Amino acid sequence: MNRHLLSMHDLSAEDVIRVLDTANSFREVGTRVIKKVPALRGRTVVNLFLENSTRTRISFELAAKRLSADVINFAAGGSSVSKGESLKDTALTLQAMGADAIVVRHSSSGSPVQLTRWVEGHVLNAGDGTHEHPTQALLDLYTMREWLGRLEGLRVAIVGDVLHSRVARSLSFGLVKMGADVTLVGPPTLIPPDAPRWGVSVGFDLSSVLPKLDVCYLLRVQTERQRLEYFPSVREYHRLFGLTRACAAQLPEGSVIMHPGPMNRGVEIDSEVADLPQSLIEEQVTNGIAIRMSLLYLLLGGGGSAGAGAGEEEVADA
Amino acid sequence: MSRPLDADDVRRALTRIAHEIVERDHGSGHLALVGIANRGDHLARRLAAEIERIEGSAVPVGILDITFYRDDIGMKAEAPEVHETRIDFDLNGATLVLVDDVLFTGRTIRAAMDALMDFGRPTRIQLAVLVDRGHRELPIRADFVGKNIPTGRADDVRVLVREMDGEDAVVIEEAS
Repeated sequence: MNRHLLSMHDLSAEDVIRVLDTANSFREVGTRVIKKVPALRGRTVVNLFLENSTRTRISFELAAKRLSADVINFAAGGSSVSKGESLKDTALTLQAMGADAIVVRHSSSGSPVQLTRWVEGHVLNAGDGTHEHPTQALLDLYTMREWLGRLEGLRVAIVGDVLHSRVARSLSFGLVKMGADVTLVGPPTLIPPDAPRWGVSVGFDLSSVLPKLDVCYLLRVQTERQRLEYFPSVREYHRLFGLTRACAAQLPEGSVIMHPGPMNRGVEIDSEVADLPQSLIEEQVTNGIAIRMSLLYLLLGGGGSAGAGAGEEEVADA
Repeated sequence: MSRPLDADDVRRALTRIAHEIVERDHGSGHLALVGIANRGDHLARRLAAEIERIEGSAVPVGILDITFYRDDIGMKAEAPEVHETRIDFDLNGATLVLVDDVLFTGRTIRAAMDALMDFGRPTRIQLAVLVDRGHRELPIRADFVGKNIPTGRADDVRVLVREMDGEDAVVIEEAS
């Protein structure tokens, strides 16, 4: 595997399978009375969250702690960043403190890549601007494989504000890599113009797509990223692209509903639809911890880094 | 390449170990077996079947993957491959027999004991192995041994099980 996880493009289809399979074992760890294993004892993981996030940060924090790593949380507010420290100086500080991995969330696309130029530790992208959010995509792939038994040939619609969604980008890249059949659905203003190059189809009419789906994946309407008006009103959006009870009834038997959270109930998804048994939103959260444990383990558990120990020498087994 | 144990030898060794476990642990409260993945679990299931045949009562069997407890994580280029762990029974108060294919440095057994302690507090833990090849690096010994085989430190000792390899045998590839 690549030593950083910046984008879904860093992973081969084989790597994705390995991440998902390893996550299976970590799911089992999560069912134990003592939900902790010593795999990453003595390693330091820094959560560098320069953009608001609760669930991803908590998920990463729990994942690192369950692997027995030491975790440092570094958020923008109340840190030297609020005093005007640059990302580079923050990175060099963390580097000097011996961070083995930096989990970064930043509002600027590309900042994780920039970070890899300054630090020696592993960098994990926990969401950068409108670029990518690969750990979310991997936990979604895990959840789909778990519930539907496969990824190849799955028919998935990603519905909503694709243009501003790093989740949609990472998930599309991941699904296409694994041989799924992806359709992006949303108002034309919110479908990125380069979408056809991703290997996906595009649709503008939700109800014509619904009856052919295995997965209906709803995106959050991101009011904080919309500087311009991309659609006339929230009510209209809800009527055309929200998953209402009537829409959900058009989904075939056995299909599932997913959402990366946090949800706007009553906008992209009706409250009662979010609580249906085929809605996997809570499962996604649970699987997120296992996926992040898997990634931290696979990245930090290999020598990978330049100065790391034994290398070629076979370490005694059995 | 030598083949110190063939299928019949493996069968006889497991039958004898099963008898020894019954003899030693008879009446010692609830007995359970835990096999270490990737081959110990198959041997554990066979021992359990044999014990059930002898004693007429079923013995719970778990699978333990010790990867997350290894002492060499981060020392190889790739993170060690992970297998399944499944222990569906309560091991508090149990007499637990850990089952592995080959006993070598003892490091796997150290890791396995640490892992088991996270699942509960067995009354005692014993160790059954099909092959003891020597070269211990930790103060660990087996309670039940199929066969002691003197080997070179660099020799490759492999236990084949029919569930995974299509046949039962022990093969040794001597270091050149």
